[in-house]
Amino acid sequence: MLKTFSIGGIHPAENKLSAQNPIATLDLPAQAIVMLAQHIGAPAEPVVQKGDIVKTGQLIAKASGFVSANIHAPVSGTIEKIDDVADASGYKRKAIFIKTDGDEWLETIDRTPDLKKEISLSPAEIIQRIADAGIVGMGGATFPTHIKLAPPPGKKCDILIINGVECEPYLTADHRVMLEKGDEIMVGIAILMKALSVNKAIIGIENNKPDAIAHLNKMAQAYQGISIMPLKVQYPQGGEKQLIDACIGRQVPSGKLPIEVGAVVQNIGTALAIYEAVQKNKPLIERVITVTGKSVSTPGNYLARIGTPMLSLIEASGGLPVDTGKIIGGGPMMGKALTSIDIPVTKGSSGLLIMPDREATRQPMQNCIRCAKCVSACPMGLEPYLLMVLSQKGIWDRAEEEKVMDCIECGSCSFTCPSQRPLLDHIRLGKNKVGQIMRSRTK
Amino acid sequence: MNKLTVSPSPHVHSGDSVKKNMYGVIIALMPALLASLWFFGVGALVVTLTSVAACLLFEFLIQKYLLNRAPSILDGSAIITGLLLAFNLPSNLPIALIIIGAAVSIGIGKMAFGGLGNNPFNPALVGRVFLLISFPVQMTSWPLPIASRMSYVDALTGATPLAVLKEGVKSGQSMAELTEKIPSSINLFLGNMGGSLGEVAAIALIIGLAYMLIRRIITWHIPVSVIATVLIFTGILHLVDPQQYVSPLFHLLTGGLLLGAIFMATDYVTSPMSHPGMIVFGVGIGVITVLIRVFGAYPEGVSFAILIMNAFTPLINKYIKPKAFGEVAKPVKA
Amino acid sequence: MSVVMITIATLVVLGATAAVILYAAAQKFKVYEDPRIDQVEAVLPAANCGGCGFPGCRAFAEALVKADDISTLLCPVGGAAVMAQAAGILGKEAAATAPMVAVVRCNGNCDVRPKTNNYDGASSCAIAASLYGGDTGCSFGCLGLGDCVDACQFDAMYMDEKTGLPVIIEDKCVACGACVKACPKIIIQLRKKGPKSRRIFVSCVNKDKGGVARKACEVACIGCGKCEKVCPHGAITITNNLAYIDDEKCKLCRKCVEVCPTNAIHEINFPPRKEKTTEEKTEEAPAN
Repeated sequence: MLKTFSIGGIHPAENKLSAQNPIATLDLPAQAIVMLAQHIGAPAEPVVQKGDIVKTGQLIAKASGFVSANIHAPVSGTIEKIDDVADASGYKRKAIFIKTDGDEWLETIDRTPDLKKEISLSPAEIIQRIADAGIVGMGGATFPTHIKLAPPPGKKCDILIINGVECEPYLTADHRVMLEKGDEIMVGIAILMKALSVNKAIIGIENNKPDAIAHLNKMAQAYQGISIMPLKVQYPQGGEKQLIDACIGRQVPSGKLPIEVGAVVQNIGTALAIYEAVQKNKPLIERVITVTGKSVSTPGNYLARIGTPMLSLIEASGGLPVDTGKIIGGGPMMGKALTSIDIPVTKGSSGLLIMPDREATRQPMQNCIRCAKCVSACPMGLEPYLLMVLSQKGIWDRAEEEKVMDCIECGSCSFTCPSQRPLLDHIRLGKNKVGQIMRSRTK
Repeated sequence: MNKLTVSPSPHVHSGDSVKKNMYGVIIALMPALLASLWFFGVGALVVTLTSVAACLLFEFLIQKYLLNRAPSILDGSAIITGLLLAFNLPSNLPIALIIIGAAVSIGIGKMAFGGLGNNPFNPALVGRVFLLISFPVQMTSWPLPIASRMSYVDALTGATPLAVLKEGVKSGQSMAELTEKIPSSINLFLGNMGGSLGEVAAIALIIGLAYMLIRRIITWHIPVSVIATVLIFTGILHLVDPQQYVSPLFHLLTGGLLLGAIFMATDYVTSPMSHPGMIVFGVGIGVITVLIRVFGAYPEGVSFAILIMNAFTPLINKYIKPKAFGEVAKPVKA
Repeated sequence: MSVVMITIATLVVLGATAAVILYAAAQKFKVYEDPRIDQVEAVLPAANCGGCGFPGCRAFAEALVKADDISTLLCPVGGAAVMAQAAGILGKEAAATAPMVAVVRCNGNCDVRPKTNNYDGASSCAIAASLYGGDTGCSFGCLGLGDCVDACQFDAMYMDEKTGLPVIIEDKCVACGACVKACPKIIIQLRKKGPKSRRIFVSCVNKDKGGVARKACEVACIGCGKCEKVCPHGAITITNNLAYIDDEKCKLCRKCVEVCPTNAIHEINFPPRKEKTTEEKTEEAPAN
């Protein structure tokens, strides 16, 4: 009997169309648009000016504030301008525009393909290196990794969990990384274990990726303390709290971080980036991204530089289908619908899902029939139907009592609802409002 | 290129719909309908068709002319109400009464509260109980199974096993005497007894339950807790005094317990939302049913038990919450 | 007979006992209330809209009675007249306030502000705003889902189906501010109603650079500064590429309206101009 998390969950159609397509390296963009806000927290502060010549991997914007991350040049070239550009939501954000004139890397970066196994740095040095390299959670949350690796005083981590679940339908980037970069991931995990001074790491992988499980199982034999845990396919297993519950049976209490139960969770992609940063001195300037969709002629997985326009990814996959109705940055359950394709790849871009017209729009909403399917589906044990009503009516204190802040926005409720009610839309709004109220209270 | 659609996540849907669930229940009711046609013949057919047609008609009229909404009679919910109402009626009930029952079910039980999703009480049961209280004679004359297949209003009638038992216990007959008067367990299981048309065939109802569980239309919590409670409660009584109290199996197979537990108590709208709440709800129905059957004036108590617990549903929803994630967090190893 | 007598006697005794208990309780738990609260409440409009910042008219009346200085308190619905009445009862000074009215500072209707996306989420401005910038190139403008209309308790607003923008019915608007709070884009503002209800304001909140704003919407304020230069009263300031007319300083001379290249400045309830631009200007002012 395979393990999974204990409450709720759903099983959407997997649609892993690009699972068998190896990672292809995308050509350099003619112009790289590097957003200054690619992570949770304060946007980075530019350290270059218009006209500066930069090399690939050179620092171009510095972390500003505690929760923030460095940003490096993804290509070599000239800084054209630092200007506003519309982000995925249509809001204007600052970005650094680099005109590419080649791919000349900083000399300090080791570009040889050899696997470097020995970890010479101390834990503090490792964390500093990760901060310098601007590494953030690659699963999509984009929380700066170095902060996660420094547990708050009094808390101790005893296990590292690596998220290889990739429970979002369609996405296959992590799957391909596990198959093609197994060695690097293992060293990356060993580095993380050293940084956290733990001697146990578990890689959670859903059972729909038997090849990755087998491959990593073979690799893990050479490393002490790393084990693979196959998990039953169940969404949202990739949620941090769900994954900890599934792998080690500990439930993170409401409103607390995973460190409360002695666990730290990192994504597969993050482990790879950490290997490259610590062993090869290479900052986070590229990532693997899945381009997929039923109407896409050749779905695939690409290694793309940060700042590459989404359009070139789509072109590499056979161009934008004519009947495209919706483009989603990320997976279909938690991804964000893009307002336009003229936006660049960022550190958190895990996928680009193209949906045809007929799948793009929702069905009309009907009365709630109180079937309780949302309650059964909610992985946090909440009552979505109730939270929606409370949020619609603006009864924020009651919403807080009903633990609206525990919602992980996985979308299982809206997915399940037979009446097609936009449960999560309203709950998310409730979360925002209640969050504001709670913050103003502590002030 | 078209304008891109932008909406909040999630961007996919399970494809489930109100219609699918409602028609799923209707399919699950089919075995019981076939059984009723087998046992009660023409009468069952007339009652069922009248009830369903009347429910659809009233729903249509009220939506269109009173509420000025687009009628949505084909969502299946009115058909279910009609079927369930018919299943709770004797197969020789005059057409006029069926129509009154349907009017009460849809008009008072459902639409007065705002239609599908807003009614506090199971509409079919509201109609049934209204008829039972208003027309007790017609509502408690039960055509004999099989024998009265080809006749409608003038069918031969007899009492239900539960009524036989109740009368017998009251007049001081011993359980051994009574056992001979009531049908054997196998007949009860197959449905060869007097009763409302849909409640008799246990086997058909259980097939319906299995179908709904496999299709995930309902969860096991309500039916299992109702049935288990009745079995345990009557089992204790039976153990205490087998002469006074009949065996739990008899209670299980008679008097619409299965119909109620499987199809009426599990009505989405009027049952609680959380799994623990569903179990409390089911246990409540079980306890009240047995209390009415064994100690009350009526031989049969499932309808009342469900309606009473329907009234408690908002309270259960308010106080009995699903188990939240992280509530039983294990302490961290130091 | 005796049954009837006993019944009557029992009920009489029961009733009497209950009356005594109720009277005793009423005396014991009596709460003294300043009678002026009732008097003040009587003159308040009883709209319970919360526009004053208190939960309902009763609470506002209590606040008025309690406060030493009521010049900072205002019932927006009743305005100066009601405040003067209340002040009279209490023997306090009410501040003289000019009547206010809500204005919608976005004029980007479907013709001048082309749609770039289709929104397909729950029909609520608050939800749409937390998701993205909006279904047009302008990430500041009206989302058109009507949260403000839902918030209005006085039926003083409606969505114009042709323009997709909310319209305020001036005569019904009491300036309670509910719509101002409901609008996630902070487009609606309470402004002085002005003499003869005449007022001038910039009907745009776009802070993008001129070119970007103009591209998204033909009637956007592009922050060109012409109005600022032409204003003889120093009422206009430009911050973040957006002009703002201070209604305290504005003398309603209408010079800014004439020079605005995108017609982003609106004049309301003015008589039509005598010469040349007559047609254009009357068209521009909303019908109400």
